[in-house]
Amino acid sequence: MSRFSWFNAVSLTIGFAFLYIPMIILIIFSFNESKLVTVWAGFSTKWYGELLANEAFLDAAWVTLRVAVFSSTLATILGTAAAYVLIRSGRFFGRTLFSGMIYAPLVMPEVITGLSLLLLFIGIGLERGVLTIVLAHTTFSMCYVSVVVSSRLATFDKSLEEAALDLGCSSAQAFRLVTLPIIAPAVISGWLLAFTLSLDDLVIASFATGPSATTLPIKIFSAVRLGVSPEINALSTIMIAIVTVGVITASLLSKRKLVREREEEFMAARS
Amino acid sequence: MNSTVFAPWEDPEQKPLIRFQNVTKKFGSFTAIDNLSLDIYEREFFALLGPSGCGKTTMMRMLAGFENPSSGQIELSGRNIVPVPPNKRAVNMMFQSYALFPHLTIWENIAFGLKREGKDKETIATRVHEMLRLTRLERFAKRKPHQISGGQRQRVALARSLAKAPTLLLLDEPLGALDAKLRQDTQFELMDIQEKTGTTFVIVTHDQEEAMTVASRVAVMDEGKLMQVATPDRIYETPNSVYVADFIGDVNIIEGRSRFLEEGQYEIDWAEGQQALHAATSAKFDNGQTCYMAIRPEKITITADRPEAADNCVQGKIHDIAYLGNLSTYHVELPNGTIIKAQTANTRRIARRSFTWEDQVWLSWTATAGVMLAR
Repeated sequence: MSRFSWFNAVSLTIGFAFLYIPMIILIIFSFNESKLVTVWAGFSTKWYGELLANEAFLDAAWVTLRVAVFSSTLATILGTAAAYVLIRSGRFFGRTLFSGMIYAPLVMPEVITGLSLLLLFIGIGLERGVLTIVLAHTTFSMCYVSVVVSSRLATFDKSLEEAALDLGCSSAQAFRLVTLPIIAPAVISGWLLAFTLSLDDLVIASFATGPSATTLPIKIFSAVRLGVSPEINALSTIMIAIVTVGVITASLLSKRKLVREREEEFMAARS
Repeated sequence: MNSTVFAPWEDPEQKPLIRFQNVTKKFGSFTAIDNLSLDIYEREFFALLGPSGCGKTTMMRMLAGFENPSSGQIELSGRNIVPVPPNKRAVNMMFQSYALFPHLTIWENIAFGLKREGKDKETIATRVHEMLRLTRLERFAKRKPHQISGGQRQRVALARSLAKAPTLLLLDEPLGALDAKLRQDTQFELMDIQEKTGTTFVIVTHDQEEAMTVASRVAVMDEGKLMQVATPDRIYETPNSVYVADFIGDVNIIEGRSRFLEEGQYEIDWAEGQQALHAATSAKFDNGQTCYMAIRPEKITITADRPEAADNCVQGKIHDIAYLGNLSTYHVELPNGTIIKAQTANTRRIARRSFTWEDQVWLSWTATAGVMLAR
C-alpha cells in the first residue's frame, strides 16, 4: 500500500482547487440574494425563479436543445459510417489521406471552421437559422464521433462479422444485427460527446446563426457583456448539474455492467 | 476387402464433394497456395495439417468464401463456387475464436443462421433444441456467451455452425483454446457428432496428434503445397518425404547412399566404418543416389547383447533417457556421434529397468521397419 505523503496531498489539493474553485464560486453565487454578483447577501433561490420566467432564455434553451439533438444524431450516423469504412475497407488508394482529412477538423481553429461555413451558407444562399447551426455542428462534431467509434472498431473481432456472413447475412444485415449492437456503447458515447460539444459551442454557432435563432451560449455571452447577472449563474449551475448527473449515470451504468460481466465470467470458469 | 471400410477416395466411381483444381492464391507477391489440386469426399473428416503459414487457413477461408483464389477453380457438389458469396454457400464454419455473438443468448446464437433462412418459429425452435441436445447444452440456452466456460463455448460454436445442416462444415483450429484433457475428450465428441450428423468435416490444425485422432484422411501441407494426402496410418507408416516423416511424430533420419541388392532390396552406406543398413522398398533408387532412412523410435529394439539374425544392428552407449511414464525414449550415441532414438514400453516397474546412462547397448530393426526416402 502507498503511504500518506504531504507532497502528494498538496499536489492533489492544488490540482483540484485549480479545476473546481471557479465552478464552486459560480454555484455559490447563484444562490445569492443580492443582485450584485460579488457581494454575498444571504441564501435565496429567487434567481432560479426569475430564470424560468425569462422567455428569451427559455427560447434559447429550446433552440440549443433542438440543435444539439439533431446535429449529434446526424454526426453520429455520418461519423460511424466514416469510421466503419476507414477501418474495414483495408488499404485502398488514398486511405491515409482520407483518414487524415476526417480528423483534420479536430485541430482546425474554430474561427476558421465557422468563417468557412458562413461563407458557404452565404454563397449557396441558405437562410441562416436553426438549420445552418445544425449543419455547422454536424460538420465539426462528426470527426469526434468518428474517433470514438473507430477506436472501438479497431479492437472489434472481425470474425464476428465473418460468422454473420457465414450464417447467411448480407453485409448490411451483418452490420445491423451483429456489428452495431456490439459497438453500440461506443456509438452512444460518440453521440453524447457530439451532444455536449453542440450544447456549449459558441464560436461556430455565432458564425452560422442568423437573427431567428439564438443558442444558449450566444445568449449567455451577449448577456454577460452587459454585466453578469445572478440569473446567468443560476442557468450555469443548472447546466453543470445536468452534465454531472449525466456523466455519473453513464459511468455507473457501464461500470456496473463491466463488474457484473467479470463476475459471471468468473462463475462460468469455475463451474 | 472388408466392405464396411470407409474409403471413397479409393473408388474411382465416387464423385468428390469438394474439388480444388489448380488453385493458386497470391497475397501481393506472396504465394499462399501454389497450384494445388485436391479432392475431398462426402462424409469425410478431412484434416489440413501443417505449420503456421503453410496455407491451410487460406484453403479453409477459400472454401468459406472469405478469400477468392487468384486462379483455378473450387467445386462443391460439382458446381464452381468461386463466384458465390459466403452467405449463399451451403458451407458453415466454426471459427478459431468461436466468434459467438456476445449480445445474444446461446439459444439466439444457435438460431441466428436459421432465422436468416426465414424458417418459421416452430421449425427454428425444434432445430435449436435438437442442436442443444446434441451438444449437451440444454441447461445453458438462456445464458450469454460470457456466462459459460471455454469448453461450453466451443460446443455452442459447433452447434451454431451445424444448425443449418451444411453440406460442409469447416473447423478452424477448433480445440486450440482448450486445455489438454478437455481437448482429448472433445476430439472424440467431435468424431461422434460427425458420425451422427453425416456431415463432411474439414478441420485445420497444426497439432498432428489431433489430426491423426479425428481424421479419415490427412493432408500435410508446407509452403502452399500438399506434401502428402493419405490416411493417418499411411502418413505415419509410409511417409513420402523426410518433411512428412519429420512433421508427424518422432523419427530418426539417417542419410546415406543407396546400393542395389536385389529386386526391392537395397543397402544404404551411411557412415565410415559402420555396417551398411538393409532396407526393403518398392521404390526405385539408383546406385550411389542420396537417400534417407526414416525409422520410428518404437520400431527399434534395444538389447544388452548383440541380437542374432537382425537385418540392421548397431552398437552405442546410452546418452540420455526420457522417461514419459508409459514409455521411455533412449537416446543412444553411436561411436561416430550420431544419436539414435529408441523407444520401449515400460511394462516393468522403473526399479527393474534394464539399462541406464552410459550403458553399452545394441539397437536393431528389421529391413521393413523403416522407410527409404529419396527426399
